[in-house]
Amino acid sequence: MSASQKLHINKDWCKGCGICVEFCPKDVLQLKDGKIDIKAEDKCIQCRQCEILCPDFAIFLGGDEE
Amino acid sequence: MKVSNVVKDNFREDKLPHIWCPGCGHGILMHAIARAVSNKGLDRDKVVVVSGIGCSSRAPGYMNFNTLHTTHGRALAFATGIKMSQPDLHVIVITGDGDAAAIGGNHLIHACRRNIDLTTIVFNNNIYGMTGGQYSPTTPTNDYGTTAPYGNIDKTFDLCDLAKAAGATYVARSTAYHARIIEKLIENGLDNKGFSFIEGISVCPTYYGRKNKKGNAVDMMKSLKEDTIDIRIAKKKPELAEGKMLIGEFHNSEEEEYTARYDKIIDLFEKE
Repeated sequence: MSASQKLHINKDWCKGCGICVEFCPKDVLQLKDGKIDIKAEDKCIQCRQCEILCPDFAIFLGGDEE
Repeated sequence: MKVSNVVKDNFREDKLPHIWCPGCGHGILMHAIARAVSNKGLDRDKVVVVSGIGCSSRAPGYMNFNTLHTTHGRALAFATGIKMSQPDLHVIVITGDGDAAAIGGNHLIHACRRNIDLTTIVFNNNIYGMTGGQYSPTTPTNDYGTTAPYGNIDKTFDLCDLAKAAGATYVARSTAYHARIIEKLIENGLDNKGFSFIEGISVCPTYYGRKNKKGNAVDMMKSLKEDTIDIRIAKKKPELAEGKMLIGEFHNSEEEEYTARYDKIIDLFEKE
């Protein structure tokens, strides 16, 4: 895999449906105060499941780090 | 705000977040369309997204292409006009189950019959969401809607069967849960020179889900995973398909496309 990519969250767009939390195969995410939150980023396998299943485009695997 | 490349390339960021309810499957399907367009590397100025009325039909407002939000059920009629006037455009129609199959049902069958080169994606949430949860042609028999308080007595419409029978040359179905698969099916639809019909099964936790005690958005997404089966597996092992909805590619054929046929008529007169 190429350079490691990081998860980015746009909390303003998150509606707290919990789909990403449920379908993350590695249990990386959680809901905190009704919004998506990263619980264990080190476990992320960069499968992008959260990104493609988020109805609100609130989470994605970003490009290279700034 | 930092956004993904898919969002940056395909969406009007100032219009986001969209108005769909928490957990609505429409956002997932809209994202899949954007990825398919990106994967195909289409020239964005040559892409037109047309919709009718309904929750699904909000999508073009968020998508950064040439877009047209038209009257209820008439997305395909407008799209036909666009394609006929400029056949080099890639015309994508986003419609809903009520929009495409009820008020727009006649437009749908005739667009299929003509095999005009449009890629139609139906966001099927089994209900009229925008207007308050009335039952639609795809609400399953016996399920509830605000206008079916004792259960829907209508037979459910299988839109893929309809499209195939009416003459569409590419017919496929997948779901919001199978986001990678529907992305690929939309790409295939864009490739097909003719009428492509792709049914995307969505989830409506607000109306259909609540009326029918289907749980929350996560529960409904799980049902999409568990209650569907790929048609290739179903053919090999029919016993696994019992009571499940088929997904996958149902029909793919090559037939002369409508605008090409029309051009031939024009040529006929130019030669004289």
